[in-house]
Formats: sequence, C-alpha cells, structure tokens
Amino acid sequence: MSVAEAMTPRAIDVETIGMTKTFGGLTALDDVSLRVRPGSFHALLGENGAGKSTLVKCMMGFYQPTRGQVLVNEMEVSIPTPRAAHALGIGMVYQHFTLVPSLTAAENLVIARAECPKVIDWGRERKELNAFLETTPFKVPLDMPVSSLSAGEKQKLEILKQLYLDQRLLILDEPTSVLTPDEADEVLGLLRGMTEARDLSILMITHKFREVTAYADDVTVLRRGRVVGGGRVADLSVGDMSRMMIGETEIRESASRTEQKGRTLKLELAGLFADDDEELPAIEAISLKVHAGEILGIAGVSGNGQSELIEVLSGQRPLQDGRIFIDAKPYDPERQMMDRFKVFGFSEEPLHNVAVPRMSVAENMAFRSFDKAPISPVWGWLSPLPMRNRARELIAAYRVKTPSTDEPIENLSGGNVQRAILARELSGDVDVLIVANPCFGLDFASVAEIRAQIMDQRNQGAAVLLVSEDLDEILDLADTVAVMSEGRVSYQSPMENTDRATIGHAMAGHH
Amino acid sequence: MADTTETPGIAVQTDLIGNTLDNIRRSSEYIVIPLLALIVAGALFSVFLLALGKSPADFVALVWRGGFGTSFSWQNTLVRATPLIFTALCVAIPARLGLVIIGGEGALVLGGLAAASIAIPMVDWAPASLLLGVMAIAGCLAGALWIGCVGALRYYRGVNETISSLLMFYIAVSILNFFVEGFLRDPSDPNKPSTKPIGAENMVGAIPGTDLHWGLPAGVALCAVLYLLMNRTTFGFAARVAGGNLRAAQAQGLPVGRLMVISCAIAGACAGLAGFFEVAAIHGKANASLIAGYGFTGILVSFLARHNPLVIIPVAIFLGGIAASGGLIQRRMDLPDATVMVLQGLLFLVILVSETFYGSLPFFRPKRGTS
Ligand SMILES: Nc1ncnc2c1ncn2[C@@H]1O[C@H](COP(=O)(O)OP(=O)(O)OP(=O)(O)O)[C@@H](O)[C@H]1O
Ligand SMILES: [Mg+2]
Repeated sequence: MSVAEAMTPRAIDVETIGMTKTFGGLTALDDVSLRVRPGSFHALLGENGAGKSTLVKCMMGFYQPTRGQVLVNEMEVSIPTPRAAHALGIGMVYQHFTLVPSLTAAENLVIARAECPKVIDWGRERKELNAFLETTPFKVPLDMPVSSLSAGEKQKLEILKQLYLDQRLLILDEPTSVLTPDEADEVLGLLRGMTEARDLSILMITHKFREVTAYADDVTVLRRGRVVGGGRVADLSVGDMSRMMIGETEIRESASRTEQKGRTLKLELAGLFADDDEELPAIEAISLKVHAGEILGIAGVSGNGQSELIEVLSGQRPLQDGRIFIDAKPYDPERQMMDRFKVFGFSEEPLHNVAVPRMSVAENMAFRSFDKAPISPVWGWLSPLPMRNRARELIAAYRVKTPSTDEPIENLSGGNVQRAILARELSGDVDVLIVANPCFGLDFASVAEIRAQIMDQRNQGAAVLLVSEDLDEILDLADTVAVMSEGRVSYQSPMENTDRATIGHAMAGHH
Repeated sequence: MADTTETPGIAVQTDLIGNTLDNIRRSSEYIVIPLLALIVAGALFSVFLLALGKSPADFVALVWRGGFGTSFSWQNTLVRATPLIFTALCVAIPARLGLVIIGGEGALVLGGLAAASIAIPMVDWAPASLLLGVMAIAGCLAGALWIGCVGALRYYRGVNETISSLLMFYIAVSILNFFVEGFLRDPSDPNKPSTKPIGAENMVGAIPGTDLHWGLPAGVALCAVLYLLMNRTTFGFAARVAGGNLRAAQAQGLPVGRLMVISCAIAGACAGLAGFFEVAAIHGKANASLIAGYGFTGILVSFLARHNPLVIIPVAIFLGGIAASGGLIQRRMDLPDATVMVLQGLLFLVILVSETFYGSLPFFRPKRGTS
C-alpha cells in the first residue's frame, strides 16, 4: 500500500438487505436492513441477545444468512468466509484480543497478512511498517511483546492490524468493554477522525449510549432480531434510543440501600500474598474486612492485582501466604466449605472463567447443585430430569434467552450467558458473594437488574466483595471502597467520607 | 426483575418436530464424519495397495473372510477385540478430563506381570476362582498405580501426560524384562523367558459353546458401567466440568487433582485388566508376548469412538476383525504382516484430521428456516 493511495478517500459503502438468520427454531435475525454510508460512524444498539453479533458475523462470513444480501458499494457480493470479507475490505475487531501475546506488535502485523511471505525480510518490512504508521493516527510501540502492552494499546493494535490489512469497513463488537473510559475515548476519537477523513466506515456494536452520542453519526437499534428504529444520532435522545431498545419494558429501579443493624464481621482477608503467572508477586499483604450486609467495592486500574485477588478467592490461584476467614473460621475455596459458608460468585467473561462452553445450559446451571438432591437423589448418582426441570425454572425466573435447556451455553449471546450464571449463583441462600466486573458486555437493562440483584443480596445480609473497573458501579453500589494499586490496598474509606475525585486520585497512584 | 408481559425464557417450543429433526441433523455429524474418515482412509489405503500391484477388492474380501465371514473368524475377531475394549477405555476415561494418555500398553504389560507374579506363590494351594480373583485385582491395581502416577505427575508437577505415559511404557517393558529374565523366570521353560505358568486348570475358561473367554462379556459390562459413571454420576459430571474448563471447575471448588488421579487410575485399571485376561485366558504366563500393541491400537479405537465407552465396543470389534484377517491377507496376497499396521496408521491419521471438521461443515450447522 503506498502512502498516496491511503490518502484518497476510500471508505466503502456497505448495506445489508433483509438479513434473516435462524438457529434451529430460533430466529436470531429477522429481515434486517441497514446501511453504513461511506465514511460514517454507525452504531448498532440492542439489548442482550438482540442479534447484533449474529448480524455482523453474517456480514463477516462466519455465518451464512438464511436469507438476505450484502451490498458493497451498491453491488451484491457473496461472503462465504471471513477471508472473502477481508478481500472486500471488511474487517472486524472483537471484544477479546486475537493477537499472539508472545510476538511483538510488528510481528503480529506481518503474520496477519493473507499472503505472508515465506521468508520475512525484516529490514524492508520495518520500512514499510513505518511508512504505513505515518498514515494512521494510531501509535503503538512496535518492538514490545504484545503481552506487555496495556489493554488500550492492544485494542489500538487490533485496529491497526485491520488498517494494515487495508480494511475499509471496520466492524467493532463491543470494542471498549476492556478499556478504561479514557482509553475508550482515545481510541474512538481516533477512529472518528479517520471516518471524518473518509478513510474508513465504521459499524460499532456497543451498550454505552455515551459512546453513541459522542462519536456516532447514525444508529440502528435491534430488538429480538428486528430493526426497531434508528436514524441520525443528532435527531435522537438517549431516552428515544433506550425506549427503542427495550420497548415498554420497565427498567428495574436501583434497589434502595436498607439500613443494616449491627455489624457482624463476615469475610476477612488476612495478609494475602499471591504470585502472577510469571511467578512475580501480584498481590501483597491484602487485608480487608467485609461485614454482613455490606458491599466492599474494590476499585483500581485494571492489572493492579484485582484479577489475581479474585482468582485466589475463587480457588483458581494458589495462595502464597495469608489466610481467609469467614465467620472467624479459616476458609479455603473448596466445595464443601463453599457450601457450608454459602459462598457464591461470578465474574466477567463467564465462558472463560465460570462456565463450560461445550456443556448445555442446564448442565452449566447445575454446577452448584449437581451433587445435592434433587439432582443427585442418591449419593454419587446424577439424574438429568430434575436437572432440566431446575434449569427450566431458572431460565424463566431470570429470563435467559435460550432455544432449549440442552443448547450448549456457548451458543447463547454474551448477556444471556451471564444471566444463566447469575441464576445459578444467586438463586439460593447467599452469605458471601464475590463478584468481579459483573456487568461487562451487558445492556443497560441487564446492568440495572444485576446491580439491583447485588444490592438485594446485600440487603438480605450477604457480605459482598465487588471488584470493578467501572468506578460508577462502585460509587453506585459500595458501602465501603478500597483501591488497589500495584498489588496492595492503597486506600480505604467508608463511602460517605469520600468522593469520586479522591478515589480517582488514589487509583492513579497518588497515595 | 423487571416486569415484562412478553414470553420469557425458552424462546420457541412450538415446532418440536422441526427442532427434533434439526437436532438429528446436527448430531448426525458424529456418525457421518467418522464414516467419511473411514472412507477416505480406505481410499488412501487402496492407492497404497494399487501401488504395490494388489487389488483393494481382494483385500476387502479377505478382511471380510478373515474377520467376519465364518463363525471361526468371528471368534478370532472377538478374541482380539477384547483387549482393545479395555485399552480403549484407558484412553477414553482420561479424555473426558482433557487428558491424552497413550501409554495404556505399559499398564497392560504391568497388569499382566502383576497378575502372573501374584499367582506363583498361590498356584499350589488356591482354588481357581480365588486365584483368578486375586490375579484380577493385582492386575487392576498395578495398572491403576501406573497410570494414576501419570495423572498425579500431570496435576501436581505439570508434567505432560502424553509424554510421561509414553515414556513410562518403556519403563514398564524394562520392568517386565527385568523380572521374567531375572528371578521370576521359569527355569523349566527352555524357549521364551516367562514366568511360571498358572496351569491350564486355573485359566479363565471359555464361554460354553464357543472358544471365547469371559473377557469379552467382562469388557462389554465394563463399558456399560463406565458409560454410566461418566454420564450418570456426580463423579462423571465433575470430570466433564474439569475437562471442559479447568478454571470453572476450580471456581466450583471441585477437587481437580483428585478427579485427574482417580480417572487415570480407573483408566489404568482397565488396561491392567486387559493384561490380566491376556495372562489368565490366553498365554497362561507373563512374557514378552504381552507387548502385542493392543495398548496402541486401543488409542485408535477410543478416538474412532470419540471416547464414548458404548461406541468403543463395535469399533473394537471392527479393528479386531482387521487384525484377525492379518494372517490370511499375508498368506493369500503375499503382503507383509505390517500391511495391517499401515491401514491402522492411515486410519488414525485421517481420524485425527477429521476431528478438526466438527462444527465447521456447513451442512451440520443449524440453518433450518422457520418460514
Ligand atoms: N451459534 C448459535 N447457535 C444457536 N443460537 C445462537 C447462536 N449464536 C447466537 N444464537 C442465538 O441468537 C440470539 C442472538 O445472539 P447474538 O449473539 O447475536 O446477540 P447479541 O445481540 O450480540 O447479544 P449480546 O449483547 O448479549 O452480545 C441469541 O438468542 C443466541 O442465543
Ligand atoms: Mg454479542
């Protein structure tokens, strides 16, 4: 690609007509027509399971639509495979990273090319890469292994990769859920600049209205697989958009915080130490107390030991030193103790952390109960019928959208996987709840609902430890806030004695 | 929970029949892909035969005659299928936990050795039933310990189970040689170094009316039991969770290490039983004949059966038949003994390649329109 070529306006015009996609008996997409004008920033909104990912997967050739066409620059095209989409200039950036962590940024870019050379002439590649970088606003250190980049840099590199492959329509599926608000603003701002220069058209799936109003030109709203509205963002208010998304369904009011009488200490972390995957200290001397009926919110910039702390508490990472106490008794994250002390939890990326993607919805919902009656009527025996019945109840109570109880859970939309897990973990009697970024990738109605559920558990007397990278979530829910920085608790305060600025200050490491 | 008047939960239950058909089509993948793989392997093998100037049709006819054509060949086939059933279980059970164990042959060899050795001091006084019972237990225990070690090494020390089980096979062979050529050697046997025979009167007898020994029904029963274990017990469920996503299993507080070691021990016990039956029903003693490759063919059986204990039975019979026809093929077609091994190798390769097609062939993807 020469510099001159890249300068000419080359954004492409992409349109879908009557896209329909069915999975078994489930219609995930129903007659969806949408147009991304050349050089526009188009947002795709919709509640969990509305069909957003399915639509873009059809456009990318991952799925074949049951009916419907894709037009590129007003010509009908067929997209049998993702490779064909790339050849047409359509590229996609996922919510999760697809880079090779052990390779450098430069290596990742070169190997991504469709016709990667057999022998790589690094001198020449380097020159070409630099020339290419001149043409884009994205700056990423090229010589560091990807594993040492921050989430924001990785996401920029993912986008850079698509630009390097000369893609002229970028599809972004919830690209900012792994980023801090500042990182998100930077990335989206740069992308917006490129669309204004008519270098690129963008179709972005998001759950954040803020991003739509700040960056998008047009918006399309899907609901239950249909287009229910859209138009120029400038003509629409957030209220209009949210009404289109969920119709007349009421949003769950955020549950009010009830006053707790007395403070009994429930969960105590005493001097916890643990190592990260490279065997370097990840958390050091973490000591925290959570009382019954209290939400302790742990804030912090991602990568400061929060995920390791959660892993330690949920038994996914060995403790190097320190002890966990519940009701002043030593606690280890083993099944019997989890049952005895009624410890539950869930976290972001459920398919990676707390579910088995290939097992069915019913099986995944039975992880907590498969070894107890009624699913296990006799010791050691497992009977599938009560398992399915239980799953059916939970699916109805938590409004999980799934074709059947036997569907592999990986086929559910992101938000519905989270609901299924939530149903599993919150349907019983909860004394201790350990939650990490519970609202990642959820639509606003689900977010409201999940936060309300967490608040309900607190009001019923559960001790809640909530790790979140979303400061708003902490401000909204927590009774006490702690900030983690470089593996330590650097700041702690009751919520009424602190404010956003102070917490933000502590997160930035000025304490 | 927000109030909603719209139907919650299971989205479409209306056209059950359509869904059932769709499910059948989706699950037919598990039959069609292995069948296609068999056909492709057959085609490749035909090319190989044609290159040697032999007729593939003759080959098929001889496999049929040698393996399944007469009641005599059926019996021969079933005798060979028996150890394959046991050794395939040695692969299938750990596979549910995501472990690839390829050293079942080692557990078979040691199971046979243990059974034969424990018999030596008992032969003179013990009744046959007691002797056989003790031998079977010894065979199981030896195999269970052997493969159990592989599981423990994997969980507690992070040693790759595939490599360690393979290397431990060589150790097992050395242990066998050490004992049968050393102080367990029967001095009265001038030919092959062997342990003292358990005596014809103590051997596992034939099923009345046939030449088949009781190992086959035992293997079939074991398949059924292990199928139930993996699919209808909390142990099997926990094992599937751990095999499907280790992190999720840990987050549920499941004892992953224990599950791994126990599954491996069960697997080893199966292979050890194969060794027991080889000693107690075929050879009457332990010697190098135990190393007949059943453990390795068992890997092929388990993969062809997609690690499903019930499917292992017909697959083991199929491969047993091919093995049984080896002699006939050798004589009639003037082909070396290893020809059958070439076929097995090709089959295995094609099966492994075919694994990558699950879920990616458009025909099996759900696509039925609703209107
Ligand atoms: N491979 C599949 N097999 C069966 N059903 C599927 C498959 N992929 C998606 N679905 C179903 O299609 C519907 C739409 O899913 P999709 O992933 O497009 O939702 P989404 O709008 O991206 O939601 P989210 O915001 O939660 O990611 C869901 O009900 C889901 O269960
Ligand atoms: Mg999605």
